[in-house]
Amino acid sequence: MRLAITGGLLVDPAAGTETRADLYVAEGRIVAAGEAPQGFRADRVLDAAGLVVCPGLVDLWARLGGPGAGLDGELAAAVAGGVTRLACPPDSDPPLDEPGLVEMLARHADSTALAQVHPVGALTCGLAGEKLAELGALSQAGCVAFSQGDRPVADLVVLWRALQYATTFGFRVWLHPEDGSLARGGVAHDGEVAGRLGLPGIPALAETVAVATALLLARDTGTRLHLTRLSCADSVEMVRRARAEGMEVTCDVSVHHLHLSELDLGYFDPLCRLEPPLRSQRDRDALAHGVADGTIQAVCSDHRPLDEDDKQLPFGEAGAGATGLELLLPLTLKWALHERLALPSALAPVTTGPARVLGLELPSLAPGAAADLCLFDPGAWWTVERATLRSRGANTPFSGYELSGRVRCTLVAGRVVYESR
Amino acid sequence: MSPNPQLNPRGELRHLLSIEGLPREVLLHILDTARSFLSVTEREIKKVPLLRGKSVFNLFFEPSTRTRTTFEIAAKRLSADVINLNVATSSQTKGETLLDTVDNLAAMHADMFVVRHATSGAPYLIARHVSPEIHVINAGDGRHAHPTQALLDVFTVRHYKGGFEHLKVAIVGDVLHSRVARSEIHALTSLGVPEVRVVAPRTLVPPHVEKMGVRVCHDPAEGLQGVDVVMMLRLQNERMRGALLPSAREFFRHYGLTPERLALAAPDAIVMHPGPMNRGVEIDSAVADGPQSVILPQVTFGIAVRMAVMAILAGSAP
Repeated sequence: MRLAITGGLLVDPAAGTETRADLYVAEGRIVAAGEAPQGFRADRVLDAAGLVVCPGLVDLWARLGGPGAGLDGELAAAVAGGVTRLACPPDSDPPLDEPGLVEMLARHADSTALAQVHPVGALTCGLAGEKLAELGALSQAGCVAFSQGDRPVADLVVLWRALQYATTFGFRVWLHPEDGSLARGGVAHDGEVAGRLGLPGIPALAETVAVATALLLARDTGTRLHLTRLSCADSVEMVRRARAEGMEVTCDVSVHHLHLSELDLGYFDPLCRLEPPLRSQRDRDALAHGVADGTIQAVCSDHRPLDEDDKQLPFGEAGAGATGLELLLPLTLKWALHERLALPSALAPVTTGPARVLGLELPSLAPGAAADLCLFDPGAWWTVERATLRSRGANTPFSGYELSGRVRCTLVAGRVVYESR
Repeated sequence: MSPNPQLNPRGELRHLLSIEGLPREVLLHILDTARSFLSVTEREIKKVPLLRGKSVFNLFFEPSTRTRTTFEIAAKRLSADVINLNVATSSQTKGETLLDTVDNLAAMHADMFVVRHATSGAPYLIARHVSPEIHVINAGDGRHAHPTQALLDVFTVRHYKGGFEHLKVAIVGDVLHSRVARSEIHALTSLGVPEVRVVAPRTLVPPHVEKMGVRVCHDPAEGLQGVDVVMMLRLQNERMRGALLPSAREFFRHYGLTPERLALAAPDAIVMHPGPMNRGVEIDSAVADGPQSVILPQVTFGIAVRMAVMAILAGSAP
C-alpha cells in the first residue's frame, strides 16, 4: 500500500520541526516528505488539509482489562485517540507474571492489527512482593520492563534484590512510588479538601518517601529506573536533583494530573477518584512545569476504563481511575497551550519522550521511519461524553468538557487503522 | 464544579447535606423555626400536621440509636409516617447497591430520606440521584458532616448565650475523625462567632484545618482560656489505642475536661457533648453532671431542630 498524505502540517518532535508538506508512505515506512520519490504512484491519497500530521502517540500506562476481556474495544479506543503504541501494566487480573499470559496478550493484541501493545511484566509473583517473577522468561515473551503496577513491595529486602536481579540482565524497572503503609485506607490527597470533606487522606509523604527509597535503591544497584505517574511537586524536585547528579532516572505523569487538583473533587465527584490522588494546585503546577522543562519525559493516559456501576458509589467506595486513551492528545495540547509550547515540543512527551523510556526506535517523520502516524485537526472542538468515546469506560473527570483537537486518521505501519471525518 | 446541590435555583433549602455553603440566613431561619417548635414539644398534645400524609424513611447504613430516635420523634410530631430501615443488616449485606436500595424505597413513594452512612459523601450521591421532589437529610456521613447535630448545638449556644458575635468557643477532642466537629466549625463561623478554637493533639487534627477559620491549640490550657462554650467530642473506642493515642487514660490526662480545666474557661461557660459520652475519657463525671453542663437540654433541642429542618424541606419547591 502506497499512500500520499497531502496538504498537512508535518510536526516532527524528533527533529523539532513543523513544515507544511506532503508525506509519502510505502511498505509501512515513510519514504519521503515534500517531493514524491521518482515514480511514486499512490494507491490512496489522504487529504490532510487543515490537519496536523505527527508520529503516532506512545502511551506508557494503559490498562486494557487483561488478556481477552474487552481488549479489542480498548485498542480501538487507542487508535481513535491517535495512540499507536502503548505499554500495559502487569496488574491485570490475572497479573502478567507468567510468560504464557504475556504471549497470549501479545498474540491477541497483534490479531487486532490496531495499536501495538508492549506488556510490562510483573516484578514479583502475583505482584505479592515476596518472590521474584521469572524475569528472563517474561522478557523473552515480550515484556519491555518490570513493574509492580500499583502494588508496592512492602519488604525493602525484596525490592532491593529485585532491582539487583533485574539489573544483572539490564532489564528496566518501572515503579509507581507509593508507600503502602502511609497510603493505607486513604482515598484522596491529605490536604485542605480531604480535611474539609472528611475523606481519609493519602499524604504526599506516601509518594515522596517511596521516591526517595526507589532513588536510593536504584543508585545502589545501578538500575534503569522509571517512576510512573508522579503526583507531587516534591517528587519532581527529587527526580530533578537526581538527574542533575547524573542518575539516569526517568519519570512520567498522567495527563489528568497536569490539569486537575483536589479542588476538582467538588461535592465528592467520584469521577475525580484517581490513583494517585489529585493533589494541590501547587503540585499540579509543578508537574506541568516539570514536563515542560524535561524533568518528566512522558505524559501517559493512565487509562482505566470502568463500568458506570464502579463510579455510582460514594467517593471513597468508587473505583479509582479514568478512561484516558482518547483524551491524551487533546489534554496534552491543552497543557501545551497553557505552557506556550510550539507543536513539536507539545507532542514530545507523548511521542519521543515515552519511546525513549521504552527503548524503542524514535518516532519521527524522516524517511525510513515507521509509518505510525496520527492526523488530527487541532482546531476541532468536541464534547467529552459517552457518545464521543469508543472506550468501554466513559469515566472521566473531563466528562462534559469541550476540548479541542480531534483525531481524524491513525496509521499503524502504513495502514489506516482509524478514520473519521 | 457543579452548583451547591443543597439549594434549589431560588436559593431555598432542598436537601440538608452539610452546613458548609449554607447562607447565614438559611441557618437563622432553621434556628428561628426550631424555636417556634420548642413550644410544641412542651405541649400535652405534641403534634402539628405539617407533614401529614408524607413518608419519612430513616435510612441508616450505620447503627445509631439516639439520632435515629430523635429523627423519628421529630417526624412523628410533624404527623409524618416514619419507616425505619436498618440497612446495615439487610439488603446491603445481600449485595444490593446503595442506589438500588434508594430506588426501591423511592418507588414506595418516599418523600424524605434521612440518611446515615459510614462513607463520607454518600448522602450527596443519593441527593444527586433521587427525583427532585424527594428531600435528603444527612444524619451523619463518615467523617464529613452531621449538620442537624451542629444545628442543635448552635441552637443550644444561642439559647444560653443569646447570640454568637461575642463568643469564644473551644471544640475539644478527636477533630480528625469527627463529622460533628466539621459541621460545628462551619455553623459557628457562618453565624459570626469571632473565635473558634480546636483543641487536640497533632494526631487528631485534620490537615489545613485552620483554613476553615479556626485556631488550633494543642495545649488545652491555652485552648480553654476564657472560652464561653466548650464543645466536647466523643473519642471512638477504636482510636484510643494504636498510633494516634497511647491510651484513653493518657488522653484524659492531657485533654479530659475536668473541673480544674473547666475553671480556665469563662465563669459562666457552658459545656456541651453530642453523646454518647465516655465518662473519664473525654469528660469527667463531675463536669458532665455539673451545673455548667447543658448536655441533656441539647437532646431536647435536637427534636425541635430536626422538626424545623423537615418542615422547611417539605415546604420548599423542587
